[in-house]
Amino acid sequence: MELLQFTDKGIWCAAGDFYIDPWKPVQRAVITHAHSDHARWGHQSYLSEHAGIPLLKLRLGADIHIQGVAYGENIFLNGVKLSLHPAGHMIGSAQVRVEYNGEVWVASGDYKLEADGISVPFEPVRCHTFITESTFGLPVYRWEPQQQLFSRITNWIYENQQAGKASVITAYSLGKAQRLLYHLQDKVSRIMGHGAITNVNELLLSQGYPLPTLERVTPDIPKAAFKNAVIIAPPSADDSAWMRRFTPYSLGVCSGWMQVRGHMRRRNADAGFALSDHADWNGLLQAVTATGASKVYATHGFSSVFARYLGEKGIDAQEVTTAYGDEETIINPET
Amino acid sequence: MRRKSPPPMAMKKPLLTRKHNTVQQFAQLVQLLSNSTKTNEKLDALSQYFATAPDKDKTWVLALFSGRRPKRTVNSTQLKNWCIQATGLPEWLFNECYLTVGDLAETIALLLPPHTHPASFPLYHWLQQLQQLEKATEAEKQAFILQAWDALDDSERFVFNKLITGGFRIGVSQKMMVNALAKTYDIPAATLSHMISGNWDPAQVTIEALLHQSTSGADASRPYPFYLAYALEDTPAGLGPIEAWQAEWKWDGIRGQIIKREGQLFVWSRGEELITDKFPEFTPLTGSLPDGTVIDGEILTYANGSPLPFQTLQTRIGRKNVTRKQLQEAPVAFLSYDLLEWEGADIREKPLIERRSILTQLIDLQQQPALLLSPEVNAASWDELALIREGARAQISEGLMLKKKSAPYQVGRKRGDWWKWKIDPYTIDAVMIYAQKGHGRRSNLYTDYTFAVKDGDQLVPFTKAYSGLTDKEIAEVDNWIKRHSLEKFGPVRTVEPKLVFEIAFEGIAASNRHKSGVALRFPRINRWRQDKPVSEINTLDDLKTLLRQSGSPEDKV
Ligand SMILES: [Zn+2]
Ligand SMILES: [Zn+2]
Repeated sequence: MELLQFTDKGIWCAAGDFYIDPWKPVQRAVITHAHSDHARWGHQSYLSEHAGIPLLKLRLGADIHIQGVAYGENIFLNGVKLSLHPAGHMIGSAQVRVEYNGEVWVASGDYKLEADGISVPFEPVRCHTFITESTFGLPVYRWEPQQQLFSRITNWIYENQQAGKASVITAYSLGKAQRLLYHLQDKVSRIMGHGAITNVNELLLSQGYPLPTLERVTPDIPKAAFKNAVIIAPPSADDSAWMRRFTPYSLGVCSGWMQVRGHMRRRNADAGFALSDHADWNGLLQAVTATGASKVYATHGFSSVFARYLGEKGIDAQEVTTAYGDEETIINPET
Repeated sequence: MRRKSPPPMAMKKPLLTRKHNTVQQFAQLVQLLSNSTKTNEKLDALSQYFATAPDKDKTWVLALFSGRRPKRTVNSTQLKNWCIQATGLPEWLFNECYLTVGDLAETIALLLPPHTHPASFPLYHWLQQLQQLEKATEAEKQAFILQAWDALDDSERFVFNKLITGGFRIGVSQKMMVNALAKTYDIPAATLSHMISGNWDPAQVTIEALLHQSTSGADASRPYPFYLAYALEDTPAGLGPIEAWQAEWKWDGIRGQIIKREGQLFVWSRGEELITDKFPEFTPLTGSLPDGTVIDGEILTYANGSPLPFQTLQTRIGRKNVTRKQLQEAPVAFLSYDLLEWEGADIREKPLIERRSILTQLIDLQQQPALLLSPEVNAASWDELALIREGARAQISEGLMLKKKSAPYQVGRKRGDWWKWKIDPYTIDAVMIYAQKGHGRRSNLYTDYTFAVKDGDQLVPFTKAYSGLTDKEIAEVDNWIKRHSLEKFGPVRTVEPKLVFEIAFEGIAASNRHKSGVALRFPRINRWRQDKPVSEINTLDDLKTLLRQSGSPEDKV
């Protein structure tokens, strides 16, 4: 029997009797990170990296039964050795390493290779079998270095200020928004946020992360205050009455999907920035190579394309259907 | 976040300075035009561009955005193959990328590795270089293209590739470009529109020469603003006695104006486009119409005393040169509605009944096969008219127009004196069986669907349809398709026959080119019938019944 199996509840380790990011309620869930498609309600017990606990509690409720482990710390479940390793996707995000009878599997969760400044950077883990995400598993997705990207964003903000407009940026509230705040904090004078963003920010500030304090947008803030300001909003606030109060404003969307013009136009954004917390095509290939794995399973995204390409490169690869979505996708509204 | 004093940087100039006078400036224009959804923003960007770009670039942009394509010296297949060679990607993977991006020029721009020998040249430089490749060998062409790719950055590469593949679909109408130029050069839009019409070669003509010709001809061409009707929401009984109204068929062609002034003939479309050259059928009117005449009407494909389906008109528009074959298969006529200028005088203030009577005499005297009167539809009561309206489809018409006999010809869309009284569309409940990705803003989303009706226990595809769904529904359907399709690769996905939609259409005709034996006019998705199981969709027999009832002649589509 395979060490990890793909079942209708999620990725299951029979020997250790636990699931990784299950999408149906189970006894024991090992969670790679706090995004809603990976961390779901209703499990009896949760296990995650220490840094992920406050975020999971914010999302799933303070009363969940959760155990924290540090990156690299080994724990044993029914004789199966389990450890978590940095995935660089967001705060507390981890790859799950599972070892039993000398066989090693790694489930990547979501990951990116570039260090974002706030989360612990990705570390490759050697294994025999690698279960990788492939959200952006198509060679048209090649991210520009973030320094370059952030200077384009800053530049766009300055141009808006010169035109007397507010700069409204949509970014996923967990992960992307903090990355933006971290990189923009010294460049602009006034940053405000939607409640969904300020909630997370306050929590992370209390945990000591190097983030700026963030002014919350409330109904009593005079309209004049928005002029020249930067406002960070979750994608769901797009085109809402909430957003119209900033008029005149320019709307910038931060998402890996913005790499393709058609997507940008569909969002009715004034500017699109391909900022992603997922690995790009080269990042995925680099990560797969670094594991030394002889067998690869590709999950969410362009999994069939990615698996076929790996196959042609001589790696035994297969796509697997999971219920993981993608927190960046335009289709799934943020939950 | 509040700080005691704003850091000085916030007030500084942008970090990246724009490269003026290079293809970069054009790339930025294209980017802005394709991102912006606001007409004013686009107009400003264009007008700004025309004010600052090198003169030689301006003429090219004018040509590119008005459908004057440069001669093709390199084809799409060559571009694709050279990109595959340069990147070392397998062809199937290139194709997958293209399907997701939805645009060849952009796909290539995204796939190529970062440039290593950056160089800045104006737009006209690249276009001239491309033109010079006409007699070059395949190897010389490839060498030039690879060198260009290696000199340009991602956004420049995109426009460079677009110059070759053609078709900047960025939502810039001829009208918008004319308005932008009009703003920059302070020339009235109608005059300008005339100045840039006709045949000219951007490689030969300077912008000055184009915009400084004698304006007299341009003034003569000036059309009147069109009067447009609102849809009638209630029954016409509320409009008062029928005697005060004139009814006509509502034609489904191109609304236009024919102008004869100073010995010249001009044909305008409602989009303020001068389309005289596209319809040689109207050339004889230059000699026969008196000077100082402006007629409002509809351009239709028309043969043997009746209009042809709109599809035939589509073969005539969007083409620069009309072939003899098109002239034979899709001849056009102008169905006149109204007379706006007569003997050099603007008569729009006169009541319709007076304008119409002069128009009727004029057209009678003309005896021109391409200039007809859109006939009045007479009825003694609104009820009788309603009955006549039911037969609109057999006339290849969309319903009736109601016009107040005492009303002047107004400007723009106004309520009160003119109403369109359209017939309800046909509807059929059908199941989706294939899906394909869309283009442009809908690339990577499955938005183009093929639908089937039941025939016994078989499903028979009968139409494609898109649009009509909200963005949210499209996203939902797209998500469903991705999870329920039988293929993993290639453009068309066969899906489980589960999702039922109500398809609306304006007309139905027999067709031996379609498996179902019918072809629809303007099929579109009316709504998603989430309440309906597949077992309850319509049948092929239902379609055939509609076909019989429509009275549509055989094989008109
Ligand atoms: Zn995630
Ligand atoms: Zn994920």
